Amino acid sequence: MKYTEEHEWLLQDDDLITVGITEHAAEQLGDVVFVELPEPGAEVSKDDEIVVIESVKAASDILAPLDGEIVEVNEALVENPGLVNEDPLGEAWFFKIKPSDLSPMDDYMDEAAYKKFIG
Amino acid sequence: MTELLRTPLYDLHVELGGRMVPFAGYEMPVQYPAGIMAEHTHTRSKAGLFDVSHMGQVILRGTTYEAAARVFEALVPMDVLGLGEGRQRYGLFLNEAGGILDDLMFANRGDHLFVVVNAACKTEDTARMKAVLEPDVSVEPVTDRALLALQGPRAEAVLTEFAAEAATMRFMDVRTVELDGVEAWVSRSGYTGEDGYEISVPADRAERLARSLLAHDDVAPIGLGARDSLRLEAGLCLYGHDIDTGTLPGEAGLTWAIQKARRAGGARAGGFPGAAEVLAQLEAGPARKRVGLRPEGRAPMREGVDLYAAPEGGAPVGRVTSGGFGPTVGGPVAMGYIPADLSAAGTTVYGEVRGKRLPATVTALPFVAANFKR
Repeated sequence: MKYTEEHEWLLQDDDLITVGITEHAAEQLGDVVFVELPEPGAEVSKDDEIVVIESVKAASDILAPLDGEIVEVNEALVENPGLVNEDPLGEAWFFKIKPSDLSPMDDYMDEAAYKKFIG
Repeated sequence: MTELLRTPLYDLHVELGGRMVPFAGYEMPVQYPAGIMAEHTHTRSKAGLFDVSHMGQVILRGTTYEAAARVFEALVPMDVLGLGEGRQRYGLFLNEAGGILDDLMFANRGDHLFVVVNAACKTEDTARMKAVLEPDVSVEPVTDRALLALQGPRAEAVLTEFAAEAATMRFMDVRTVELDGVEAWVSRSGYTGEDGYEISVPADRAERLARSLLAHDDVAPIGLGARDSLRLEAGLCLYGHDIDTGTLPGEAGLTWAIQKARRAGGARAGGFPGAAEVLAQLEAGPARKRVGLRPEGRAPMREGVDLYAAPEGGAPVGRVTSGGFGPTVGGPVAMGYIPADLSAAGTTVYGEVRGKRLPATVTALPFVAANFKR
């Protein structure tokens, strides 16, 4: 598992990356009440705001961690946004992206580095 | 940046795991570990304990209540003189144009008026009261007392365990009650839409009382986050958001707060700041109104969202002043100002969220029926 400074986790399975948000991020957000996902098939660029998350407190975004194509999104989150708080590292994945270039994955933090990052 | 103030319950908030944030010059808990949603639901189903000690408590004292009331009526468009002993009313401070400077509660406590104002406005409110009321009426900020709110359907049962007479109070009654061995100034009121009490106690006894209340199975601590979602569902205005110096009472839907005695033809009509503008708007009806909005779908429409009459084209016709997710409603809720001709319940307007115009239905307030013991 890799981590971004935007508090996303990235799980690589071959040439497909599953993306979610960390427990730390979910806790900071508070109760999530709305999730808007990208369209499957969408071509996205790194740092595009592709997911909207709204908690009872505020709205925030998830940025695309890599250039690539969105191949699958987790529609269950639209119906049940609270999953993000219940199981951020498991059931509440947001999307799967097929990167056009996997090499930026090397730049992201490993678990030890992320733990240090959030202090 | 001035240093943030702390209420007498600060240490307790931290001990309870409150997430402390700056609010109106104070460090206040926005939520506890349970989270805003759970705290909101707990208040609607059992009882929530809120620290509202940051609000301004002020005593106004003349030779008699009537003497103080008469002078206070020069500042507010409310019937202060006609307020019975042991009763409380909602009030408004207005500027010379009729714009709202603050909203407040005032009570007839026998030989004096007891006023509670918003934290962010208390310095200005106190200065304004001193300028107009003194020397005939003394303006005494109460700085040695905390203010707690116990809100929810179980509030009566809980407080009755401390003082049996709490059960005999009706909505907006005020009384001095001995609670946990301490003199408390209790009113049966609050800002959640639920039955409940607001309790002023000496600062040095506040933590002990809060701990006693929290020891009850039905009582949980509630932060500012849930306080906001509760008052929003109850259709209540938040000063600085839904009402401010740019809004008059009529358009804000607060006409009910201006009693007959102060209206045209009343026994003491006018005589308050902005009377001409305020009474003219009551007569003619406002051009725009504060309304409730139920956005379709799940996306919240938050403060600042522009409102349109049509799904495309045209200029904004209004704006959301408060909005978010209503846990009891189970969906997004908002309030905002729109032209009077669009303000009928059932009308569809459109809020622009992230570049998309989403439909919202104008809805009668409150979103969740009030649960007061009248």
